[in-house]
Amino acid sequence: MTVTAIHKDPDNLTMEFTAEFDASPERVWQLWEDPRLFEKWWGPPEYPATVVDHDFTPGGRVSYYMTGPEGEKYPGWSQIVALDPPRSLEFTDGFLDDDGNEIDGMPSMTSRVEIADIGKGTRMVITTTFPSLEAMEQLIAMGAEEGMKGALSQVDALLAETAG
Amino acid sequence: MVVHTISDEQVDLLFHALADATRRDIVRRAIDGEHSVSELATGYAMSFAAVQKHVAVLERAGLVTKTRRGRERLVRTDIATINHASRLLDQFEELWRVRANTMSEILAQDPGEVT
Repeated sequence: MTVTAIHKDPDNLTMEFTAEFDASPERVWQLWEDPRLFEKWWGPPEYPATVVDHDFTPGGRVSYYMTGPEGEKYPGWSQIVALDPPRSLEFTDGFLDDDGNEIDGMPSMTSRVEIADIGKGTRMVITTTFPSLEAMEQLIAMGAEEGMKGALSQVDALLAETAG
Repeated sequence: MVVHTISDEQVDLLFHALADATRRDIVRRAIDGEHSVSELATGYAMSFAAVQKHVAVLERAGLVTKTRRGRERLVRTDIATINHASRLLDQFEELWRVRANTMSEILAQDPGEVT
């Protein structure tokens, strides 16, 4: 796997992430479509996801929770906007409260995934757009809570800045 | 771009402050800056004093600030400390790097499952 391009646009609250895999588009698609495979990569390493509902159709919803090292659960959801197997997928996703209910005012982010055969492998481009800076703060803070990962990489970033 | 310069001691405070689930939850709930400590306290099965202590830990780490509005003291997550659009995107990038790496490992594990 090679991450070939990353475009971050803070003004438009968008990130485009491109990676290439040594596998067919069908197999990369399966990582998104198959709930058992999705569970293996969606959550940060110490926070595996467990899919609860799985309606992988346009307008359908996938709900899941991630389990932390101390057994704490972080429920989330994805709503499928559009899909065209094995080429493209568009979805919104966000977090739920501890009982799996919507949180009032909790924003969601929208991502588009494009999967293309590039001959000797597959290119996957993910473009995520956040609705507002505040939404981005909330969503990424939640993401950080899931794995402490964001918080830790933030501390790493602070350390890197102070090191010089 | 704001460059933060922080000491080892502050890093310890930050790690310590974020190492607790209740405190991380407070940081999340205080993003809009509209809640007093007593309002925040209603969300947890612990005493007001215990929540107040958590807020104090976050305050020392620079993760939240308190501002006065009338009689209330509102808790607000310190945006300058924990965000900045570009830094948030850096975190998001890191999340996707980890995910893409895991995807690659899965693809390597059972090759040819799909034709």
